[in-house]
Amino acid sequence: MNARIKRKLNSDTFYITIVYILLIFAVTLCLYPLIYVVSASVSDPKELMLGNVLLLPKGLTLRAYQSILNYENILIGYRNTVFYTCVATPYNLLLTIFAAYPLSRKNLSGRNLVTFLITFTMFFSGGMIPKYLNMVNLHLINNPLVMIIPSAVNASYFIIMRNYFTHSVSEELIESACVEGASQWQTLFQVVLPVSRPVLGVITLYYLSDHWSSYFSAMMYLKDNDLMPLQIFLRRILILQSMDGMSEGNVMEDQLLYEVLKYAVIVASTLPMTIAYLFVRKSFKKGIMIGSLKG
Amino acid sequence: MKNTPTISRNAYQPCVQAASPLQTGLRTFNKSLKLNYQLYLLLIPVIINFIIFAYVPMTGVQIAFKDYSIRKGIWGSAWCGFEHFERLFTSANFAPIFWNTLILSVLNMLFSFPIPIILALLLNEINHRVSGAFQTIFIIPHFVSVVVVVGILVAFCSPSTGVINVLLKRLNLIDESIYFTRMSQYFRPSYIISGIWQSVGWDAVIYISALSAIDPTIYEAASIDGASRFKQLLKITIPSVLPTIIIMLILKSGKIMSVGYEKVYLMQTTTTLDVSEVISTYVYKKGIGKQEFDYATAVGLFDSVINLSLLAIVNRISKKVSEVSLW
Repeated sequence: MNARIKRKLNSDTFYITIVYILLIFAVTLCLYPLIYVVSASVSDPKELMLGNVLLLPKGLTLRAYQSILNYENILIGYRNTVFYTCVATPYNLLLTIFAAYPLSRKNLSGRNLVTFLITFTMFFSGGMIPKYLNMVNLHLINNPLVMIIPSAVNASYFIIMRNYFTHSVSEELIESACVEGASQWQTLFQVVLPVSRPVLGVITLYYLSDHWSSYFSAMMYLKDNDLMPLQIFLRRILILQSMDGMSEGNVMEDQLLYEVLKYAVIVASTLPMTIAYLFVRKSFKKGIMIGSLKG
Repeated sequence: MKNTPTISRNAYQPCVQAASPLQTGLRTFNKSLKLNYQLYLLLIPVIINFIIFAYVPMTGVQIAFKDYSIRKGIWGSAWCGFEHFERLFTSANFAPIFWNTLILSVLNMLFSFPIPIILALLLNEINHRVSGAFQTIFIIPHFVSVVVVVGILVAFCSPSTGVINVLLKRLNLIDESIYFTRMSQYFRPSYIISGIWQSVGWDAVIYISALSAIDPTIYEAASIDGASRFKQLLKITIPSVLPTIIIMLILKSGKIMSVGYEKVYLMQTTTTLDVSEVISTYVYKKGIGKQEFDYATAVGLFDSVINLSLLAIVNRISKKVSEVSLW
């Protein structure tokens, strides 16, 4: 008997060691690109060209970040993205609440139909071209509103929020508000929303990050340079590797600068969302776990 | 919105009695409307938004069967039957694009579906605090935009300064730089690997939450009975997350034909088109690029019909086999 327990303990230690080795390997793979990008962005471009930067920065310099500040397109992109994100996110959040709260109430007749109308759009849509023609008809092409108004409610986020309201906000709380004479709007804004902070935080983060990262709708619907969000300019710099508007005259210098500039723009464009994520990380677990359980 | 599903289901029953089901339904609705008018008011902007931006475009699908002219509009254009579909199926482009979509998607699912599950199982085995810290790290790449992910890929694969070539040369694995982004054979691996990097932590969250719902007393009982940790994994943990795995599998299979075209489009280079042209990028180029709206709509419709039928088929199979299903 004793020997059996001992054998079990031994095999468990071995098992946990393997688990840790695999996890540390995975974390390394996950972090390496992030660390490399940050290191490269503050390295001396010459060291980068020679292939001397492998993990840590060589020859610290912030020149790349300084030249970002002189690069007009990036500033335009930053301004527009901040604007679109800051206007669209509250709008999305509000409409998602407007959809999720009523449809989480069991005595609302017709709620199955409306829920079906919303979730059906997850599985079938008009497709890229009918959507585009619809925007043409609505005169939304090359109109900044196109980055804000359409797709106000994301169907999966709606489900998460509705499930949170159904399962995590106690029925008694809502009923007692009702008994005390609160109207349904008062109940929602003064009773239900204050106790739903975790899910509100998570859904806000989702919408923020979606708007921050989106490029395809801008590519489809916008034309003017002045309206373009940051991601469009990032695509030009990082993927099409064009640098119009940032030349400093000398071709060699430009080429050198480009090597670090690309990493610097990656950092500058990604940092805000990463910080936002780390900020709401705590409510993250509560918010989505409960919401997604019956997703 | 005035009809509840209950009404439509009962509408054909004979209305002999004074209070027919239809009337009862309407009465319930009226009562609910009086009681809940504030809630209905909240729903109105949502419904309007869905009608304008989701359901009106669905009516635009009809141009797949029409000879669309901008002047006559969607409803005014003349019908032309299956002309666009014939053109698609007889086009020399069709077979390669269809297979590219399918292969990329299936390969992607083969690798990126099980890895988050494995990660969740691993994270479930270790100390909670450490596991929480690891989760936070794994999720960070999810907040990196797809443009930046592809941008990092291009930068890392650059033949002159890219770190991948630098590392391979340092390790003496290659003598000459490889131009990864320009070579077709590297397109699919780099698509899949970068995708896993970006989404593995995120996709694992749902399994982690399913795992955290398992009753810990089961493990205690198993432990007292002398089951090793590995045996507990096989006999308790995996069976408990299986329903979640199946639901996710159904959802994913409904998207088989719609690969992440935003990313594919970003990763495409002229020299890799033979493997990287997929249905949705083709729709974009034909529709928005060449303004062949009706043809592009037909191609897109073909795509979503396949998706929808796959979803229905897999859902039905799963309902039969495991009693887990979406509807």
